[in-house]
Amino acid sequence: MTQKFSRRRILTGLVSAVGVSMLAGCDRMTQSDGFGQVLRQTEKLTMGSQRLLLGRQTLAREYSASDLSPVFRANGTQLPDSEEYARLLEHGFADWRLQVDGLVDHPLSLSLDQLKRLPPRTQITRHDCVEGWSAIGQWQGVPLGRILDLARVKPGARYVVFHCADELEITFDGSGRYYESIDLMDAYHPQTILAYGMNGKPLPVAHGAPLRLRVERQLGYKHAKYLMRIEVVSAFDKLWGGRGGYWEDRGYEWYAGI
Amino acid sequence: MDKPKLKRLPVSPAPAGSRQSVRRHSGVVRMTHWVNVLCFSILLMSGLQIFNAHPRLYWGEYGADSDRAFIAIGSEQHGDGLKGFFQIGPLNIETTGVLGVSREGDAVTEKAFPSWLTIPSYHDLGAGRNWHFLFAWLLVINGIVYLAHGLWRGHIRRDLLPDRDQLGWRHIWQEVIDHARLRFAKGEHARHYNSLQKMTYLLVALVLLPLMVLTGLTMSPGLNAVFPFLPDLFGGRPSARTLHFLSAFSLVLFVVVHVLMVVLSGFWNNLRSMISGRYVIDHSGDAK
Repeated sequence: MTQKFSRRRILTGLVSAVGVSMLAGCDRMTQSDGFGQVLRQTEKLTMGSQRLLLGRQTLAREYSASDLSPVFRANGTQLPDSEEYARLLEHGFADWRLQVDGLVDHPLSLSLDQLKRLPPRTQITRHDCVEGWSAIGQWQGVPLGRILDLARVKPGARYVVFHCADELEITFDGSGRYYESIDLMDAYHPQTILAYGMNGKPLPVAHGAPLRLRVERQLGYKHAKYLMRIEVVSAFDKLWGGRGGYWEDRGYEWYAGI
Repeated sequence: MDKPKLKRLPVSPAPAGSRQSVRRHSGVVRMTHWVNVLCFSILLMSGLQIFNAHPRLYWGEYGADSDRAFIAIGSEQHGDGLKGFFQIGPLNIETTGVLGVSREGDAVTEKAFPSWLTIPSYHDLGAGRNWHFLFAWLLVINGIVYLAHGLWRGHIRRDLLPDRDQLGWRHIWQEVIDHARLRFAKGEHARHYNSLQKMTYLLVALVLLPLMVLTGLTMSPGLNAVFPFLPDLFGGRPSARTLHFLSAFSLVLFVVVHVLMVVLSGFWNNLRSMISGRYVIDHSGDAK
């Protein structure tokens, strides 16, 4: 009896020791250069297969007004903490301008009124957060492709970078400023819009006033809020952390299709 | 039924030969089994890391904090400190120490699942997702190999589909009783799975694991655009996330019972048969 008892204790001890060291091993592997790379390579496989299936025009589902979430959760920054933004907000964004530059023939500086005079697109879509929650909202704005056409994208351009007014992490070098990027295929997707309206009202501050991106076939963190500047680039590896976005620099996938 | 046994008696070998060694599992089954063990462990633990980012499950087309959760794990401030809870429907169970609130060293943390159950052990949703998707790909490839082999070489039809005489209610009831009394098959009967085993393995391989993959893919906004029938099939992305969690939980239950049965019905013999393929059948009970 005692022998059986001690054998069981040895076995459970062994199992928990193996478990603990495996967990520690997983932590170390996550942080190691080699396996960290392997983990990141999966993204290419995922993006490749999604792109193979998706095509350029496939639309995300659009819902009806009866499907709207009663309360649309606001996430990330709720109010950018800067004097510049406070001043813009105070004047109802009358002084706000969207800069469009980088690899374009005609850099633009657009006011909110100018954007609203362009033919709008309205869509009711589901917002899927990387954390797992979903909310359905109605968005109104200008197709990004239209803006890019007005600015005339130069050959060699591959990505569109969105520079935002909010700092999600306060840092000395400013690397905590929110930014995002998508490639031209998503930029020219019909449902990719720069939204200034939500649920029939002007875009609320908590949801990114005066202008936010909607890129419906990807997760929420791609939908940059508080847009200030759109930059067309051939590569983003020299920008901040080099991975193409605030969360990407902190370990999230650049292609957020799942 | 006695006759064939009598016939076989004269040719049965010496007493030592009452133990017969057979090849129980094919190489592909053994390999895919252990790859599955690895994948499932890592998918489960990285999945709990992902779940911890928003430990609430909903039913329907949308679901966030202000919407009613079907299942939730969380913490509440009580007079004397933090209390963890697990809520399912109207039921609320206190789970301080394990779910909602747990200890990390000397510190008390508010986490749905404790750090010793998640990959990575510290909070890192991005890394958890990377682990999850890498091993999800491996699981899918492994599953395709298993199913292709199982259909092509007849493993599923021959070893997993219950025989007609195994499907009577009386027979199944007898097996339930045998299981409950821990009476395991011996001799010739030990060559084949009983019908409870067969149905369980079919449920895992053809229903639960494919359901994991499909509900997982349904959480992808990209694949929702390609295959709009996926969210329709499960009643919305939040519902698919709930089903993903529930079928993962069912698989955990399966693993617990499976490992228990492996240990109780001859641990080393079972383990060896899944490593080298060799399984020893004890014929000493046959003559009775």
